[in-house]
Order: sequence, then C-alpha cells, then structure tokens
Amino acid sequence: MQNPYETVALLKERKEEREKIDQVLPDLAKINIQEQLLVPQPADESLYREMMHLTPARIGVWRTGTRPLTRTMLRFRADHALAQDSVLGMVPEEFASAHGLLPIQTQVENKEQYLTRPDLGRKLSLEARETLTKGGTAACQVQVVVADGLSSKAIGANIPDLLPALMQGLAHYGFIIGRPIFVKYGRVACMDEIGEILHPESLVILIGERPGLGTAESLSAYMAYKPHRSMLESERSVISNIHRGGIPPLEAGAHLASLMKQILASKASGVRY
Amino acid sequence: MRLNARLLGQTYAFHTVKEVLAKANEEKSGDMLAGIAAASAAERLAAKQVLAEIALEDLRKNPVVPLEDDEVSRIIDADIREEVYQKIKSWTVSELREYILGSNVGPVELRVLGTGLSSEMVAAVTKLMSNLDLMLASNKMENLAHANVTIGQKGCLASRLQPNHPTDSPEGILASVREGLSYGVGDAVIGLNPVEDTLPAAARSLSTLYDFVERWEIPTQICVLAHLTTQMKAICEGSPIHLLFQSLAGTEKGNQAFGIHKGLLDEAFDLGRKLGRAKGPNIMYFETGQGSELSAEAHHGADQLTLEARCYGLARHYQPFLVNTVVGFIGPEYLYDSRQVTRAGLEDHFMGKLTGLPMGVDVCYTNHMRVDQNDIENLATLLTAAGCAYFMGIPMGDDVMLNYQCTSFHDVASLREMFNLHPLPEFEAWLEKHEIMVNGKLTARAGDASLFLK
Repeated sequence: MQNPYETVALLKERKEEREKIDQVLPDLAKINIQEQLLVPQPADESLYREMMHLTPARIGVWRTGTRPLTRTMLRFRADHALAQDSVLGMVPEEFASAHGLLPIQTQVENKEQYLTRPDLGRKLSLEARETLTKGGTAACQVQVVVADGLSSKAIGANIPDLLPALMQGLAHYGFIIGRPIFVKYGRVACMDEIGEILHPESLVILIGERPGLGTAESLSAYMAYKPHRSMLESERSVISNIHRGGIPPLEAGAHLASLMKQILASKASGVRY
Repeated sequence: MRLNARLLGQTYAFHTVKEVLAKANEEKSGDMLAGIAAASAAERLAAKQVLAEIALEDLRKNPVVPLEDDEVSRIIDADIREEVYQKIKSWTVSELREYILGSNVGPVELRVLGTGLSSEMVAAVTKLMSNLDLMLASNKMENLAHANVTIGQKGCLASRLQPNHPTDSPEGILASVREGLSYGVGDAVIGLNPVEDTLPAAARSLSTLYDFVERWEIPTQICVLAHLTTQMKAICEGSPIHLLFQSLAGTEKGNQAFGIHKGLLDEAFDLGRKLGRAKGPNIMYFETGQGSELSAEAHHGADQLTLEARCYGLARHYQPFLVNTVVGFIGPEYLYDSRQVTRAGLEDHFMGKLTGLPMGVDVCYTNHMRVDQNDIENLATLLTAAGCAYFMGIPMGDDVMLNYQCTSFHDVASLREMFNLHPLPEFEAWLEKHEIMVNGKLTARAGDASLFLK
C-alpha cells in the first residue's frame, strides 16, 4: 500500500498538471508588437529595436519562406476580427434606456442597408420624427446625440464615461440641455434633421468611427451651431480619435463641453467658427 | 442604332447609350446607390445583348458626358488616333471583344488598337468580358514607361513601397522603407501618403526619401502623394521630386472636387519635366478608383465602370509612369463585397492596359466591407496571372495612417516566387549587390531592415 502522504503529493502534482493544461493561452491581442522583434539574427539588433518604437507599422516580423510567421498572421487576423465584429455588431437594445437616451432610428432597416445606403442613414424614419416631437426637448441650448455609426464597440467602450462627463460639464456652464438621443443606424448628417425638428441652438453627435486595425473603439464627435439640412460639411467642427489609447473618454467629455461653450459664444461652428 | 432587345420572351427597351452602358455593368452597389443599375439579371443580360451590337462610332458619338459640357470628354476625344479609329469605327462591341481575344492578336496589335479607342469603347467591351477574358487579354498586353527605371515589361512584378506613418515622422517613415527594401520591395516607387498636406511637411518628407535613396544608390523613384498644388510649390522651391502624383476622376466636375483641372495638370506636367529629378520621359503618377465621381455627386448619371475608363483616358494624355486603381478603398456603398471588388480589380486593370498605361493595382479593403485578407490575396494572385505591373507593399498589409489593408511586403515576394517573376532589372541588380536576392530568390538576409541602419 502506498504511503498516504505520497498519494496526496501525487494527487496535488496531477492537479497542478491539469490546471496547467486548462490554463488559457495568453491574449494574442495584448502583446505589444513594437516590443516583439522576430528577426532571428539581425545585423544590428539594438538599433532595430529602437527603430521599431518609431512606428506603429508591423515591422521586425520576419518570415518563413516568403510568408509571415504564424503568430504575426494570427495577430493580424485577430485585429481584423475585432474591427469586423465592431462594424457588424449592434449596440444592445437596452443601452439607450440604461443611459437615459431617447431611442430613434433612421430610415435604414438593417446592417446591410446601413452599409450600402449612406443616404438613408442621414434621414429619420417617420416614427423617429414623431418620437422626437413628442419626447424630445424643443429649442434647448445644447442637444447631445449618440449614434452607432460604423463601430458598435466604440459606443459601449466610451459612452458610459464620456456621456456623464459631457452632461456634467454642460450643466456646470449652466446651459439648457435637451434630453439626449440615441440614433440607431445613424450617419453624421442625421444631426441636420434632428436640428430641424427640435431647433437646438447647438448639437453634438458622438458617433462610432470606421475601425482600423489599431483600434476598433474609436469615437468621433461632430458639433454644429444650429444644424440644418443645407449645411456644408465644412460647417461642422470635429474631434476624432476618442478612445482609451487616444483622447480618453472622460477627458473628451470635459473637452467637448468647453468646445460647445465656445461654439455657443461665437454662434458658429466648423470653418466659420 | 438599336436600343431594344428581346430575351426569354420579354422585350427590353433602353433609351440612351448611357443607360445601356449602365445596365450592362456587372452588379455593383455604387450603381444601385446611383439608381442606374439593371433591375434584374435578365435586364442586365438584355443590356449586354444590345451593347454587343452597338457600333464603336456610336459610342464615340455618345460619350456619357457631352464634349461641350466636360473637358475630360474633350481630352479623350481629341487624343483618339484617327488613322486607327477610321479602320475600326464600324466594328460592333462584340467584334471588338473577339478581336482582342483572338490568338493572332498580340501586344503590338493591342497597343495600336488602344490608341484608336475612346474610354466609352474601352468600358463597353469590358462589360462583355468574363473575368478570365479580362485576365487573358490583360496578360497579352505590355505597356512600358520610363522614369529612372523601366516598368511594365513581361517577366517582372514591381511594387510601390508605401511607408505611411501617422505623424509623418521621418525616422518612422524610414523604418518602413528599410523593412520593405529588405524584402525586395520599392522598385516602382517609394511613395508616401502624407498626413499633413502642407508645403513644409511635403518638402521634409521628399528630402527624407530622396536623401535615403541617393545615399543607398537605389535605382527607383520617390514621390510624396500630397495634393498636386502642394507638390508644384515644393518642386518650384527646389524640393527633389521624381514623380508628380494626383488622384483623377472621370468627369470635369469630379476633378473639381479633387481641386484639379486640365490647366493645372498641364502646368504640373511642364514643371515636372523642367524641374523634376527623374530622367523621364514619364514622370506622372495617377491613382483612380470606381465610385469617386458618384461620391462627389459628379457622375452625370453614368455608371462607375465607364467613369473609371474615362480616368484612364485622361491619364493617357499625360504619359504617366504609374497608374493604379485603389480598388477597395472607397467602401461597401460602391463595391460591396469580395465578389464586386474582385471584378472591379480585374476590370480596372484591363481597361488601364487597353488604354496604353503601365497599370498597377492597390488591391485593398476597408474594415466595413465584406472582404478580408484572404480575398485580396486571391485578387492579387489573379492580377499577377493577368500581368499586373505593380502592387503596393506595406508592412503586413496594414496601413497605420490610412486605416485600410492591402498587399504586404511578404505578398509581393510570394507572388514573385510563385509566378517566377523578377523585380525590375536595375533594382534586382541592386538587391543582388546587397545580397538580399540571388537568382531571383530572396536570400537568408532578406527581411532584416537593420541591413540599412548604417
């Protein structure tokens, strides 16, 4: 018969082994590729490493034959997967109510139509127009609008921090703020029709950007003084690159509030501002 | 000219040549967005049937934008070689297709033929060709051009090294240049898309690239793809420029949206020949892409393929060194998925070549299209089989400034290896000197950017 202490030790060892197998592989997308030099015997390793920090481009990746190494290929695909999921994914239905937003929809009926008919993403549905008339705030000083745009992930990642910071900032300046709105399948210019229905003095729309491989969570803010449908693109002010690795959402909220204050003071936005 | 057809018992009546051209186009989301696409597969085929019987002279007489309204129409019409046109004007589009594909017709015949064609004729025949038709015909053609080196010859696959950087940092740009060179990429041009379109920024990037190329004695061309007016200012102030770049549209109004017109292009062409540093005679670099006219509301109700053909007609006027379509950049509202991008890539390449241009393709996609890296590897392979002159080369195909993906340094090397193609001869000799390539194969040193860190 085996010594019971040995059995316990053996069982422990087996458990540890099992746990090792159960362990999840390290997150591929978390590796800093600027730190990862894969060239086996470079002519000048230290200068190569220095050079890799001067660009976010995927260099120093090496090859097998003429093809990329497996880890480089998988990392690329992982970044693209995140970008695609973000474009094709939806902002959850309960998101609007959870953040106190009045939900409306453009004339777009589904994702495919959203991607192929940018014109419909600029127009509100009949129902949306009614919802705004009944539930929206008429003639406020600042109207805040959130729209999914081309990145559902940008909304989930930034709005929970950005929106309260922006609302607090606007309240701090003493502005009359309209009830914030969420637009499903929205393009930037859907702000123009909202402007014509509710007549806010100024409007800011927070909208998901087309994802790159670097980040899928980037958000843009377009601002306009008295938005209307015949306004020019150049009459909108814009701040882009809002995400954890760019302008962080909390800071963006405070910054946008001060920009809205300036727009209201100068009674103009975009190139006129 | 008959504009009616019967197909499967139904009669289809079309009203204008422009409508026939639009409805005969293969399915593209951009034509649907414009509201001019065929309503059904049968209508598309009826339009192709009508188009097949239209004579070439009727296409010349009916440009999609009238000569009196559009300088692009006038440039294209005036550049047609009458001697060639007179011989073929009574051909139908069907006969044109069969001539191009005929086994007795080679590169010389096709080069001559191209000089007698208007862009509407080039577009029309493209609409009657299958993907393999387009590849086979493209593969027959050979259009050469010379700046510092010669491009377009059979047996070679060249590449544009695109070292874009999110802040135009000179050392950041050079990091990608070094990496690309170590994979044998950069023989067509080392061309940067700048973030900042200003004279000081362009001048700085031009010097960065030029000094590097001079120091390492690289037989290639450099270019900074700022707006043409920025490059013209730079060249006048003494900045070193080999190639002058501009994006083109197929209508005068489309070009207005790009901030250019014939007078400006003429002036740039003159400046480039007088003050540019390339040996020439070909010193212009143009990019195009289906859909840009609609995007600028300058399409005049014409389909995106025909307008793209007109970009090549306009490009031909300036005897460019490089022309490439940026086939998947514009987004899903113009080219929806990999099927449409593949078709458009093969069409554009064929049309550019038939127009006489040394034609490359930026095989690419954005992240809101139903396309991925596998799809563009497929298209790049098809285009290599079709004899494409050059592709883009980007670190892992990820452009960190323009936020889109295209062909990588690895892809260029792989396509050369699979199809037994070489870099341009002068550049290959340079690669051999640096022991990056031997007998057309990459050596063990290839892929090490630090070779150029001395």
